[in-house]
Amino acid sequence: MHVKRNTILTIASAAVLIGILYWLSMHQLKQGMLVSIIQKSIIFALVAVSMNLLNGFTGLFSLGQAGFMSIGAYTTAILLIPVKNLDGVYYVNGVHPLIRAFKIFIAESPAWLQSLFPFIALLIGALLAALVAALVGIAVLRLKSDYLAIATLGMSEIIRALCSSPQMDTITNGSYGLNKIPGFPGMFGGLIPPMATPFVVVALCIAFIMLLIKSSYGRAFKAIREDEIAAEAMGINLFKHKEMSFVVSSFFAALAGGLLAMYMRSIEAKTFSISLTYDILLIVVIGGIGSVTGSVLSAFLVTASKEWWLRFFDHPLTIGGWEVPLFRTGFRMIIFSILLMVVVLVYRRGLMGSNEFNWDRLLGRFANLRRKKKSSQGGDR
Amino acid sequence: MSMTTILQHCLTGISLGGAYALIAIGYTLVYGILRLINFTHGDIFMMAGYFMIFSLASFPWPIAIIITLVVTTLLGISIERIAYKPLRSSPRMSIMISAISVSYLLQNMATYLFTAIPKGYPEIPFLKRIFVVGELSASFVTVLTPILTVVLVIFLMLLVNKTKTGIAMRAVSKDFETAKLMGININGIISVTFVIGSFLAGVGSILYFTDRMSVTPFSGTLPGLKCFVAAVFGGIGNIPGAVIGGFFIGIIETLLVAVGYSTFSDAFTFLLLIVMLLVRPTGLFGEKTVEKV
Amino acid sequence: MSTILLKTEHLTMQFGGVVAVDDLNIEIPTGSIIALIGPNGAGKTTAFNVITGGYQPSNGSVFFDGQTIGENSPRTKMKRIYNGSDKTVFTHRVVNTPDRITRLGMARTFQNIRLFKDLTVFENVLIAKHCHIKAGMLSAVFRFNHTEEQAMRHEAEALLKTVGLFDYRDDKASSLPYGKQRRLEIARALATHPKLLLLDEPAAGMNPKETEELALFIQEIKHSFGLTIFLIEHHMNLVMDISDSIYVLDYGKTIAVGDPKEIQKNPAVIRAYLGVEE
Repeated sequence: MHVKRNTILTIASAAVLIGILYWLSMHQLKQGMLVSIIQKSIIFALVAVSMNLLNGFTGLFSLGQAGFMSIGAYTTAILLIPVKNLDGVYYVNGVHPLIRAFKIFIAESPAWLQSLFPFIALLIGALLAALVAALVGIAVLRLKSDYLAIATLGMSEIIRALCSSPQMDTITNGSYGLNKIPGFPGMFGGLIPPMATPFVVVALCIAFIMLLIKSSYGRAFKAIREDEIAAEAMGINLFKHKEMSFVVSSFFAALAGGLLAMYMRSIEAKTFSISLTYDILLIVVIGGIGSVTGSVLSAFLVTASKEWWLRFFDHPLTIGGWEVPLFRTGFRMIIFSILLMVVVLVYRRGLMGSNEFNWDRLLGRFANLRRKKKSSQGGDR
Repeated sequence: MSMTTILQHCLTGISLGGAYALIAIGYTLVYGILRLINFTHGDIFMMAGYFMIFSLASFPWPIAIIITLVVTTLLGISIERIAYKPLRSSPRMSIMISAISVSYLLQNMATYLFTAIPKGYPEIPFLKRIFVVGELSASFVTVLTPILTVVLVIFLMLLVNKTKTGIAMRAVSKDFETAKLMGININGIISVTFVIGSFLAGVGSILYFTDRMSVTPFSGTLPGLKCFVAAVFGGIGNIPGAVIGGFFIGIIETLLVAVGYSTFSDAFTFLLLIVMLLVRPTGLFGEKTVEKV
Repeated sequence: MSTILLKTEHLTMQFGGVVAVDDLNIEIPTGSIIALIGPNGAGKTTAFNVITGGYQPSNGSVFFDGQTIGENSPRTKMKRIYNGSDKTVFTHRVVNTPDRITRLGMARTFQNIRLFKDLTVFENVLIAKHCHIKAGMLSAVFRFNHTEEQAMRHEAEALLKTVGLFDYRDDKASSLPYGKQRRLEIARALATHPKLLLLDEPAAGMNPKETEELALFIQEIKHSFGLTIFLIEHHMNLVMDISDSIYVLDYGKTIAVGDPKEIQKNPAVIRAYLGVEE
């Protein structure tokens, strides 16, 4: 229906968004906070979509995103911290000689390799997480949904314990965390400014995930979600497809973790606690389990709200000399939690339910509003 | 390490295990009846800690204990009514997400009301009195915990096996639909389950925090998860199993910390969970169920 | 001489202390319609579940299209409590999952309809084509298998047209009326390209007219798709109308085998269904 019109609208909006991004990159200094927030939002959009792939489309209730994000974050960070900062960062126990040697090797390699290296680092982190997911999946994917949730939660905690354990000091710097992580690199020799890099990367990733969902394999995932036994009877190998979804989801969660490391410039194991997974779950639920566009919208909504608008709730507010009660630090998190509960209990399908964004639907809504207005204005003119 | 030290650690471990056992019972009961992992249980335990801090500030300890237990139980029941009951016929994922969001809310509420800075847990004088037996020394609460745990469990087993309510509880956990058709008051039974679970969590919280010095809004998360593992270990839905699981994890955890692997003591519990789920998902005493096509 | 497409040998299934299927020996020739009947609880659906790989048999073997797709002998705990009538020892052990068996050419429908409720009618059928996909995940993602995908879609559409559900293709499966849902389940099973179609009570909940239509429908698809049909049914008219041969089960045991005329007159069958006369 209206395929041509929809395509034009989509391209037009994409052009507008790119234009806005470009403008922002020109005025970066003045719009620092805005840039920072939308960068964080887009990173969370990627994790949310990856979580939705697993939980929403395949029906596997996994709470292990934070664990895979930490694998991506740590790997990327370790690979990218500049050689000159190594001693400063690993100030207690020193860095592992192999790591130092590898970094020196990279620092002395040709320029094109060096400019590509941050992306290679992201990829390595993601592949490592995918490997871990493949191994863990063999063990946990045959568990019932309730048990899968706790098992993946536990796995996430185990990974965190490993990353911050004293035994891993020379690699991950144990509980001291890593800092001096370089920020986003530019792409194509500056054609795409550093600030826009996360958007390009995330856009490509989400495109991949959407293509997967719309493919035959994506349909198999949905079948598994709807009725495992029927899916199996229709010839779908349950384990193979569950593993596929799990591995792909973890790959992108880790990639997002790597981007997060570049965004935050310093990370520690505490960053990737269970609360992080809960935060992402919140985004997925509000956006609609089973909707990719819902997750993206929700990521922006939730992140922006948390950082920006709801800071409003955290500071004492005086209206005409009267201090509004309740407004102090931590209040916005309560508002959030209540919001989440309202969505879970009342607006169960979230913002978009299991539907993707659809120009027909949006414009249809406007048409309805106009129609209602016309009829309330009385008869035909 | 000398024998005395080992015994000393065992004693601490048994005490910790007792607290864990009481909390694990809450998980196993709720799972047995609702097939729900009550993610909020650990946070109820945490809130009980705060309730105690505030009651002890204004009332003498016997009254404070009663207040804490009553309020904790009320909290448990309210959560069930508000967050779980409306979703009883929804897919399993929804109710688990609801549990997670309540857990989130409780933690944020605690942070808002009490700040994230650890609050000192007050001392109940008689509980902290030190006993010395030979070379071993322990506070009264360390010795009291396992004994109290066993006593409460015996009461609970009597309740479940000999009373009408108990039989109703077991019927509901075996077959929800049929129990309803047989005229059992489902809502009442579910409330009773949460009352028992929250009450025991409250008791466990008093015993647990008396030995620790402080409470934070996140004090409930890890113990909560560990106690769930304990329940799985013993066979989810099985009360004595949960108790044994609690003691087992408490002792191992204490020993691990004693030999210096404290970072791994938490990881150990989760490793145990994964191993259990792979090797013997029904736990030590659980029963197998076959799904009919 | 027609070949035997499906054959079970001493197939026994025991759950705990109950022998649900006892020493079942059936032969289904290619191109025939064979029925499995019996009072409720006689073990018919269990037999289906074992044959399609849902359970491992306690004892016995299953041959399909020239290969053994399931074989087992009582082991460990079952060895002690085994109560089946037949004690033949089967030396090999062959385990197969339902999805593999489906890909070999055996499809089924379910007693309680198991459609993909929230998906559209079209998607339900299209998903059943996935089992024969040649492209790997990456290939499919980047649409290198465009031709294959288009072919699958055309086949699914054609199938919907054949069963008369094409107009409903964008509707949610759960919104269909009951009779059409049953037909959709059959269409979905057909999409997997089966040689043998197992129908579990396809006429359940239908009135006599609908049952007649179903009988015609089954015979039509058998001809158009070259199928062999194995069905469980309680509607005797349907069974007697279209079956070439009937197996009667009662409490897991086979009490009669024969063509419709013989079965209708068989005293053991009458007794099983109606009880003994005083």
